[in-house]
Amino acid sequence: MLGVYNPARARLKLLLTFGGLAVLAAAIWWGNANLSSYNLRILNLAGINAILAVSMNLIFGFTGLFSLGHAGFMAVGAYTCALLTLPVATKDSIFLLAPLAWPFSVITLPPIAAVVCAGATAGLMAYLTGFPVLRLRGDYLGIATLGFAEIIRVVANNIPSITNGALGLKGIPSFASNLWWTWGCVGITVFVISRLVNSVYGRSLLAVREDEVAAEIMGVNRTYHKTVAYVIGSFFAGVGGALMGSLVTTIDPKTFGFTLTFNILIIVVAGGLGSITGSVLTSVIYTVLLEALRPIEASWRIGPLRVPEIPGLRMVVFSLVLLVIILFYQRGLFGGREFSWDRVLDWIDRRRSRKQGVRA
Amino acid sequence: MRRVTGFLVLVLIALLAFAIPSVSAQQEPIRIGVYEPMTGPMAAGGQMTWEGIVLAHEMTPTVLGRPIKLFLADNKSDKVESANAVAKLIEQDKVIAIIGSYGSSNSIAGGDVAEKAGIPMMTDSATNPLVTLDKEYMFRACFIDPFQGEVMAKFAYGEGVRKAAILKDVAQDYSVGLSNYFKKTFIALTGDPKSIVAEVAYQTGDQDFSAQLTQVINSKAEALFVPGYFGDMALVAKQLRQLGSKILLMGGDAIDAPELVTIGGTAAEGIVFSTFYSADAPATPEAKKFVDAFKAKYGKTPNANGALGYDTYNLVVDAIRRANSDDPKKIRDAMASTKDFPAVTGSTTIDESGDATKDAVLLKVVDGKFTYLTTVKP
Amino acid sequence: MTWAVFAQNIVNGISLGSLYALVAIGYTMVYGILRLINFAHSDVFMLGAYMLFYIDFMFRLPWWLTFVLAAVLTGVLGITIERVAYRPLRQAPRISSLISAIGISFFIQNLGLVVFGGRPKPFPVPQFFSQSYMVGSVYMANISWVVPVFSGLLMLGLTMLVYRTKVGLAMRAISHDMDTSSLMSVNVDGIIAITFGVGSALAAAGGIMWALKYPQINPLMGTVPGIKAFIAAVLGGIGSIPGAMIGGMLLGMLEIMLVALMPTLSGFRDAFAYLVLIVILLARPTGLLGREFREKV
Repeated sequence: MLGVYNPARARLKLLLTFGGLAVLAAAIWWGNANLSSYNLRILNLAGINAILAVSMNLIFGFTGLFSLGHAGFMAVGAYTCALLTLPVATKDSIFLLAPLAWPFSVITLPPIAAVVCAGATAGLMAYLTGFPVLRLRGDYLGIATLGFAEIIRVVANNIPSITNGALGLKGIPSFASNLWWTWGCVGITVFVISRLVNSVYGRSLLAVREDEVAAEIMGVNRTYHKTVAYVIGSFFAGVGGALMGSLVTTIDPKTFGFTLTFNILIIVVAGGLGSITGSVLTSVIYTVLLEALRPIEASWRIGPLRVPEIPGLRMVVFSLVLLVIILFYQRGLFGGREFSWDRVLDWIDRRRSRKQGVRA
Repeated sequence: MRRVTGFLVLVLIALLAFAIPSVSAQQEPIRIGVYEPMTGPMAAGGQMTWEGIVLAHEMTPTVLGRPIKLFLADNKSDKVESANAVAKLIEQDKVIAIIGSYGSSNSIAGGDVAEKAGIPMMTDSATNPLVTLDKEYMFRACFIDPFQGEVMAKFAYGEGVRKAAILKDVAQDYSVGLSNYFKKTFIALTGDPKSIVAEVAYQTGDQDFSAQLTQVINSKAEALFVPGYFGDMALVAKQLRQLGSKILLMGGDAIDAPELVTIGGTAAEGIVFSTFYSADAPATPEAKKFVDAFKAKYGKTPNANGALGYDTYNLVVDAIRRANSDDPKKIRDAMASTKDFPAVTGSTTIDESGDATKDAVLLKVVDGKFTYLTTVKP
Repeated sequence: MTWAVFAQNIVNGISLGSLYALVAIGYTMVYGILRLINFAHSDVFMLGAYMLFYIDFMFRLPWWLTFVLAAVLTGVLGITIERVAYRPLRQAPRISSLISAIGISFFIQNLGLVVFGGRPKPFPVPQFFSQSYMVGSVYMANISWVVPVFSGLLMLGLTMLVYRTKVGLAMRAISHDMDTSSLMSVNVDGIIAITFGVGSALAAAGGIMWALKYPQINPLMGTVPGIKAFIAAVLGGIGSIPGAMIGGMLLGMLEIMLVALMPTLSGFRDAFAYLVLIVILLARPTGLLGREFREKV
């Protein structure tokens, strides 16, 4: 079946893709209009987590670069976007420690431009840091990138004339509380990264992941490929950070500690390394589960017994769930598999032929 | 097999998670939401505040003849979770007023959600000036940074200190804010920009301050202002005394906890700090009642956060009583017009920006006890 | 800077550095044998301190006995963690064990917050340790020389264990090639359990020493020392026991000296520490004393 070009099927797949997109668009349109703002918030957050997870999957899952710098690039993106979208009047009133430095103090950009700038700044940062650091291997690369992320956080605390220090920024325009924004960005991220991974270039990335030396011998320029994957992944990390800032409308350096990176890493691994589908779906599961577990902290009544509320129990159970997933689904929930229409159609074909077989 | 077992375990956890929460349906209760950091780096503060709130709820369980039901949502010491928690309280639990949160960063995130939904919120201990800025539905029961910074600077100046040093936590807005205003006031008082002879920093979680303190001692400062939390302050005191220095140590309300002495031991002797109330000497009747009830319930002495949690609950209930309605808008208006409310942490009036104005009390550690020095009017 | 101040800073640096070193040894030991960054180490560190706190609270035993008991019990706990969370993943991709370690770390922290409460507890410190006196112009507490001596002894003991005993030989064999050593009738599971037991007991010793110097304990007390000690281990070359010692000392000294030399930039201290780490890694990609491990294909 593989490799055989079937025009009828290709047309069907194209139709299905457009159909799927239309259904998705309708769902977003319906959701924006009808969901409560709590549910919308969760869905938006799930989308942002999906952007972050897919971008980390490109760096780690597909290219094999053990990078723990995601929170740092998110911080860069979030601050860039916030400083570019905050109204000038708000800027004047919130910078209590030191006045805001010049270029930011006067400009306000429309959200789209600001988000692109946020991604670009994060990408630039990745290029500058990646250039020396990507020579490191394995765990050492992880530590160095974690170090960069921490440096960014520490510096953000100490330059109040740009970041307002520990006081943080508030009043960021909340354009990202709209599903079109967040899930639109998910769509773009998935589109760009899946096209990248399935191109000749993507095959080279996989080659670099599997065996750097062999890839180099086969004529793959590993430094170039690693750097490009790192920069693109970080670009989307910056976009994710920008959207997160806009969703919450406030940021401060505490938000971008290394626990944030670990959470995204957990999503990526739990979803399956090298599976974009897994990253997206697991982001949704992860975000929804965290909220769905809230009721267990309330007090229960089991018959005549009243169990008092146990604040903090939710996180205990949540970490247990993570452990169970890691221990029992060692290749992740989706184990490196991807969604594709071929897979669905084959499945339908198989079922149909099995049914016919039974009848015959 | 492995996958099946894993799946079964997950299902089991899910079932446990959705076991029916208890609802007592006699009379339609007044629903008040609480969001606090019960987990994560700020959990200590959130837990202490919650103890105060629970105690207050036990002592005043009804308002307008209806029972009060509290809904607690954990915000994991995290901005994103704070916003989620407030949205959940408003939309799922249908609360009409919200208490929280410890940690200004959490309160700023939660406040934005409450503002958009038109639900009044009162924070117990978020001191960052940005918290109530441009917000109509946001109030606070505690001091704001400028007031405490000024009080301590004036105290130091009054004690004859002309050279002071600051040790601040650059990652905490509370610490950065207080030291900022301390510095401004102290320089204005002495008229000498060089009167702050050392300004050194640490990061949340640091426990070794020996290098910073050596620097402070070397700068010949006569007093050291440390606007940090009690755990940090106790360690600072210990290390400062181990380094042989006897200079005056000062702090803010965040060090008002019995642990300052239990951890700091004899090193804590002589520390002076500003806070809301004093458990002994000129204790108000409210303070006495609170401290006794707290000791009876929990078997330990409360700290400033417990007292603020207790007060915030009572301030919110008072606003509901005066509004004589469960309409959030009316409760907001009542909250905004709070005047001379007899709170544990001092007679509280809400000003036009939504901040509480109340007296500060200066305490000093003498023989392991917090002893009253003086009261400072705002 | 006068000589007196300089000397004071050196003492401060050694005192902090040896604590980092003590914790770093635990990281390095597990990494050297399993190639696993044990992120739960910092939480076992915390549990060790709580263990001593509760044993002391309940039984009032002589101090040294409490210390030994706490270390042993934490060691047993470490073996349990290994059995539950790491052993099932030994054949899985390496990242799975890392995530499992993070999961365990989250679990212990969150459980600690529920069970112990987040409010810091005063740690019982015998008078001897906190007593401070003057040597020349330098102030120094007893704990400031106890920790370096203790860490030095532990390092010696561990080196003996790894290079002079049969168990140590087995550990080195496993570190070299796990499958082959199991063919050579090395009891892999048993040896790895011992490694975790020793590593966790070390973490407990580190946690207790830490709490003796900074006598407040809370469920998140391990996070900052943990990450710092981990950096120290990487600086020295992760997997190398003397490397952990050198890395710890270096990091402690660096942190103290950065503040001493540039007090106005003290807020940037951690950023400088990370910067030095990255520069050293770029010059020596496996740390100061680390050797190149061949990635297994």
